[in-house]
Amino acid sequence: MKPEDFLPLTVEEREGAEILRPSKTYWADAWLRLKNDRAAMIGLYVILIVIILAVFGPVFSRYEYDGMDFNVSNDPPSLTHWFGCDMFGRDLFVRVMYGARISLSVGFIASFISLFIGVIYGGISGYLGGRWDNVMMRVVDVIYSVPAMIYVILLMVVLGAGLKSIFITMGISYWAPMARMVRAEVLRIKNEEFVTAARAAGASPSRILFRHIIPNAMGAVIVTLTFSVPGAIFTEAFLSFVGLGVSAPMASWGVLSSDAVPAMAVYPWQLFFPAGAISITILAFNFLGDGLRDALDPKLRK
Amino acid sequence: MLKVEGLTKYFETPSGRIHSVDGVSFTINKGETLGLVGESGCGKSTTARTIIRLYEPDAGKIIFNGHDITHITQREMLTFRKKIQMIFQDPYASLNPRMTAGEIIREPMTIHKIPKDEHSSRVNHLLKLVGLNSEQAGRYPHEFSGGQRQRIGIARALAAEPELIICDEPVSALDVSIQAQIVNMLEDLQKSLGLTYLFIAHDLSMVKHISTRIAVMYLGSVVEIAQSDELYNRPLHPYTVSLLSSVPIPDPEKATQKHIIPLKGEIPSAINPPSGCKFHTRCPKAKPECRSVSPKLEDKGNGHFCACPFA
Repeated sequence: MKPEDFLPLTVEEREGAEILRPSKTYWADAWLRLKNDRAAMIGLYVILIVIILAVFGPVFSRYEYDGMDFNVSNDPPSLTHWFGCDMFGRDLFVRVMYGARISLSVGFIASFISLFIGVIYGGISGYLGGRWDNVMMRVVDVIYSVPAMIYVILLMVVLGAGLKSIFITMGISYWAPMARMVRAEVLRIKNEEFVTAARAAGASPSRILFRHIIPNAMGAVIVTLTFSVPGAIFTEAFLSFVGLGVSAPMASWGVLSSDAVPAMAVYPWQLFFPAGAISITILAFNFLGDGLRDALDPKLRK
Repeated sequence: MLKVEGLTKYFETPSGRIHSVDGVSFTINKGETLGLVGESGCGKSTTARTIIRLYEPDAGKIIFNGHDITHITQREMLTFRKKIQMIFQDPYASLNPRMTAGEIIREPMTIHKIPKDEHSSRVNHLLKLVGLNSEQAGRYPHEFSGGQRQRIGIARALAAEPELIICDEPVSALDVSIQAQIVNMLEDLQKSLGLTYLFIAHDLSMVKHISTRIAVMYLGSVVEIAQSDELYNRPLHPYTVSLLSSVPIPDPEKATQKHIIPLKGEIPSAINPPSGCKFHTRCPKAKPECRSVSPKLEDKGNGHFCACPFA
């Protein structure tokens, strides 16, 4: 052995000597972690199945969601009608799938509207900080302190029942928690040293916000979004249940449950299937949200 | 190249005003390294961050290449930011985890409008310069070790072709074997690129190794500035004397002969700094007049400045 053997390799020599593992992006890494979380994956698959059934199910079904056949009214589940039929002889299976369209689109669209408002509002509030932050967050506190359901019901009464008003109402009522969460994230990230480094390099405020702060807040935003979708689905179900939701012959899971309640004791399956669909979907979103939170948490990454 | 005069930065907190930087003055000449040492919380980092206007100075002047940059707008500051870059202490926190190494190094080039077609070749060149290879440009910070991350931080600081680099404890978060690599690399880069450094540290042997001159800070004020060898061989200020006596000596025989001068008490609060000479509460040579007279930096000959009239 010679002393020369202990000299570090030059960059050129090292080029071939190093074994590099394939580079992984943050998202690829998170996906890897999520894949190992069984509950989250079950949740993800359930959601995917529900989405596929909602989109394609009614197309391939022999029955129409509004096709009535009084010969089979209130029939129990059978091979021809998997979930049975309602009092007008409409096939419940196709109606539950059709209801999934309404319920899921309400869940997603309402969540995205609240995401949009929440991220902008919370982002500005957190980024400006100081007095602006104080004022903007007190507004959120006021909105938050009144139960969202009250706004929703009042707005629904003003705007009239219907799908569009459900989107608008829920979007503007449910952004407050998203805004709070985004603000907290922005406040945290704003003080990270890489933001200071960007400022020292001369980055403009918009560059700092869009290149440094928001990409780092996305993980938490996605998790909050995943939890807010089932919330919106549930609210829609509740609204439809009390008669403020979509109107016949359209069907959401809430409408189906509501229709089934009067005859609950005689035809329990009419309630069981739509209510089951609500529960399973909400549960699946919660499982997925939990898994995503663990997979995206930067604290676990070091 | 850089001249700081009476720089002052206070922070208002609910419990009072923190005198973080209190009338700091020094100059840095082109091509040299000024080491800035002192205990934690003495205002080293705040001084550095105020110089590059991450904090707005409350008083004093910052003059860079003859331009007064103390109160210019952030927009006007942009041209100077190109010339003054910074290396941060914590290589884990100072790189954006959602950007690849290449994107991180490219960012100052985009900000300072270096032509886009040069970016890729410059990123590769910079990676080589700091001892990484160009394939690593597509990787994310969490895929690198601490030392490699600090190299990325250095490449980022070099990206806009600065003249002055402020190194804010660039090696204190790394382990000792890596520290030497990084410090040697900084020295090589200084020689090949003609850089000037303001090197902040609390490790005295490290500072001695890299610095041309050294400034010692205590509680927001500079108490002594001298050439590096001069300061080590002939420390004048009682604080510097005590600080140097605390440096461990690798040779056990010499170490036993060494006389450590322990300081009594704790660092006083920067909210209520002591009157007069701030060091009088802990100074072994304190005299009654030290309580009232606040000493100025005096020339003790040989470019050696000390803020103690009795030294």
